[in-house]
Amino acid sequence: MNAMTSNAEAFLRRAEALATPAWVGALRRQGVEALARSGLPNRRVEAYRYTDLTPVARAEFGAAPKALARPELPAQRGRARMVFVDGVLRADLSTLPPRPLSDAAPLLGTVENSATAPVAALNAALAEDGMFLDIPAGENAGLIELVSIVTEGAGPIAFHPRHVVRLGEGASVTILETCEGPDGVGYLHNPVFEVVVAEGATCAHTRIQREGQGAYFLSSIHARIAAGGTYDNFTLNAGAKLARNEIHSALEGPKAACHMNGAQLVGQGQLADTTTFLHHAAPDCASRQTYKSVLTGNGRGVFQGKILVAQVAQRTDGYQMNQALLLSEDAEMDAKPQLEIYADDVKCSHGATIGALDENQLFYLRSRGIPEKAARAMLVQAFLTEAVDGVADETCRAALDEAVMGWWQGVAA
Amino acid sequence: MPAVTETIETVQSVAEGGYKWGFETDIEMEFAPKGLNEDIVRFISKKKNEPGWLLEWRLKAFAIWQKMEEPDWAAVNYPRIDYQDAYYYAAPVQKAKPKSLDEVDPELLKTYAKLGIPLKEQAILAGVEGAGESPSDAAEGGRMPIAIDAVFDSVSVATTFKDRLEKEGIIFCAISEAVQNHPELVRQYLGSVVPQADNFFAALNCAVFTDGSFVYIPKGVKCPMELSTYFRINAKSTGQFERTLIIADEGSTVSYLEGCTAPMRDENQLHAAVVELVALDDASIKYSTVQNWYPGDAEGKGGIYNFVTKRAACRGKRSKVSWTQVETGSAITWKYPSCILQGDDSVGEFYSVAITNNRQQADTGTKMFHIGKNTRSTIISKGISAGFGQNTYRGLVRIGAKATGARNFTQCDSLLIGDQCGAHTVPYIENRCISAKVEHEATTSRIAEDQLFYCRQRGLSEEEAVGLIVNGFCREVLKELPMEFAVEAQKLLQISLEGSVG
Repeated sequence: MNAMTSNAEAFLRRAEALATPAWVGALRRQGVEALARSGLPNRRVEAYRYTDLTPVARAEFGAAPKALARPELPAQRGRARMVFVDGVLRADLSTLPPRPLSDAAPLLGTVENSATAPVAALNAALAEDGMFLDIPAGENAGLIELVSIVTEGAGPIAFHPRHVVRLGEGASVTILETCEGPDGVGYLHNPVFEVVVAEGATCAHTRIQREGQGAYFLSSIHARIAAGGTYDNFTLNAGAKLARNEIHSALEGPKAACHMNGAQLVGQGQLADTTTFLHHAAPDCASRQTYKSVLTGNGRGVFQGKILVAQVAQRTDGYQMNQALLLSEDAEMDAKPQLEIYADDVKCSHGATIGALDENQLFYLRSRGIPEKAARAMLVQAFLTEAVDGVADETCRAALDEAVMGWWQGVAA
Repeated sequence: MPAVTETIETVQSVAEGGYKWGFETDIEMEFAPKGLNEDIVRFISKKKNEPGWLLEWRLKAFAIWQKMEEPDWAAVNYPRIDYQDAYYYAAPVQKAKPKSLDEVDPELLKTYAKLGIPLKEQAILAGVEGAGESPSDAAEGGRMPIAIDAVFDSVSVATTFKDRLEKEGIIFCAISEAVQNHPELVRQYLGSVVPQADNFFAALNCAVFTDGSFVYIPKGVKCPMELSTYFRINAKSTGQFERTLIIADEGSTVSYLEGCTAPMRDENQLHAAVVELVALDDASIKYSTVQNWYPGDAEGKGGIYNFVTKRAACRGKRSKVSWTQVETGSAITWKYPSCILQGDDSVGEFYSVAITNNRQQADTGTKMFHIGKNTRSTIISKGISAGFGQNTYRGLVRIGAKATGARNFTQCDSLLIGDQCGAHTVPYIENRCISAKVEHEATTSRIAEDQLFYCRQRGLSEEEAVGLIVNGFCREVLKELPMEFAVEAQKLLQISLEGSVG
């Protein structure tokens, strides 16, 4: 192992020092090997062309505080919730009876790429804990909340939760995930999801990422969807200094579906990167992606989306749209939508636009007596609504609207 | 002519079939020794009687090339190329200028005849004294004359209509000739758009380029005819490294056509060309290519590796460069004609049709660098994959922070014929300017059953129907081509897709 040449050396040393129970051993090995090989990539690596992870490699992270904090929690919105404080699973604060992650051992690292892609490898090498949500066949689990809070006193910690969600045949669940933390602290949140959707099952996953302004957020979601199953993801990305959201989905059975939507709200000093990879590996599947970015200050937005249609995946219907709104002179948006198609009976399209607010629309609103500031707010909100509207669950949508409003008020102030 | 008649005719010619430019001309050739080293670079430079600065320039490029790695990011697969196992210089043996066609090497004439070049032009190309200089030669059969520069392996064999062009002050000649006669222009512009260290294949070209065309259009001149270069790889185990340099001075206009063919062989041959275009204030360059290098046989044996660097600098205000390409040949195409839009209000355009059939692979697209204010670019790319073909559009649109009011529109459509081929789209979009607007759309589909049915019920065979639909699919690009080329391109599309249906 050339651990010494890898820029992830500090992480690798930490992984070595961890206790490694048998159930996590294989995952950790894979993660350590992959991380030693790739390190945390810089922009010379094609998949990280617009997002350099070397600042994360260079940053120094401390150990989690010994004393358990008791932060004030928002009101519970779902049927049950699981709470992580400073990266530690808190049974005392959770209303969902936790299942040990060791029960998920046979699944760990089995969903495409979830042990070897750099962001996932970092997690695999260092994961100690996480949520295991196991929904039996036919059951509707309702809305489950997953809350991650970093407290003021935690300092620059690094935590790498690995969450596993397994849905039996025909089961369904809605997950509302929120991530928050204090501004000005360079902590690292590195969550990885492995989602296994069995035949006819439905998993709707909404994430509201509002980490502190100094934080690093490196996330990777890996989903495997069987025949007739659906995985829906909506990610609202508003926080962190550097955020990388990877979503890898594989449609593995006929008539499976995947919807990946999201919004990136990027302000001064922030970089937000959404990278999606959609693998159509079976016939008659459909996928939809709509991503919207709004950039202010010197914010940088990145969208990379790849749709791969395998030769067997005839009659695929794939659509991807990515739009960005530049609201300031110094903002930058980089986009790389990508189609790789090996089947002929397909309908695949992608579109991308980058531009400022439409002057005609502004004029229209102003000519009707709406002040410029309010008119701008209306247009930005309308722009984002198109993406948010795709979220079916009302509680999730309300939470998203609230978060968007909060962000806009912060920008406008 | 109605499109249907055209298509039927075309399909008939398809029936005769295959790649009809696959012959080989048995002609007396002069080769440099096989392999590549500094001595070969010196040999080429000496053969061309080049000044010292150019030799130095070549050697510097060679030194850079030796340190470079062959790129592997393109979506193409091929066995490693042995750069020592090829001839870098091959030229038909020069004899005294023939007095009439009878004295010309009949093999050379046969080649031109097979390539479909009219006899009058053959005489000129073969260098017959006096040919092409009387006014009657200029407008044969009432059609627009086209000035042709023919490049046979490593050297330009002849250029037509030179005198007529000279009257306008236009320079159109082989680049080796320009080095002798217009060194100041060559020295000023050579490598100014594609520098030696630009990329692996460009560096190789800088070191060993043998010939190509040179065009200079003086201030305010509208070139009175289409300029054309015809490239042919003939000799075995040769690589062709041509270099084309076109300079359009202030307010000038030129349209330039490029065509290429090669014999059928079961070995792969390398073609690593560099094309540099410079457009100054208010100048306009239209560059059209119909690329029909030998694509290899149905099993993917043989064919040309077409690794080409083409780039235009729109240096002047309101300058315009338009690239149009129809890529039907080559085993592998690796080509990204680009525009650097430096001048305010300059315009870049890229229209492309790329076809891959059998085992062909194409990775092609464009780059548009918006630097000046109010620069505009349009990209229309049509990719067609059939058989086991793999077709990739790869493009970059970069809007710099100072390119206020810049505008880009990109459309990439792919058509799949058969379930063993692939179509890929890899656009990069980078915008750093709030007042710029960038739009990109891409679609992939196959020929719809209802379209086919509609054509079939009107009595067209399946192959005719596919031809008609494909021509319609490519229409936006084909209409950008000059007349003669458009007809040729349509036929080529048909031939390239032969055997892909049914």
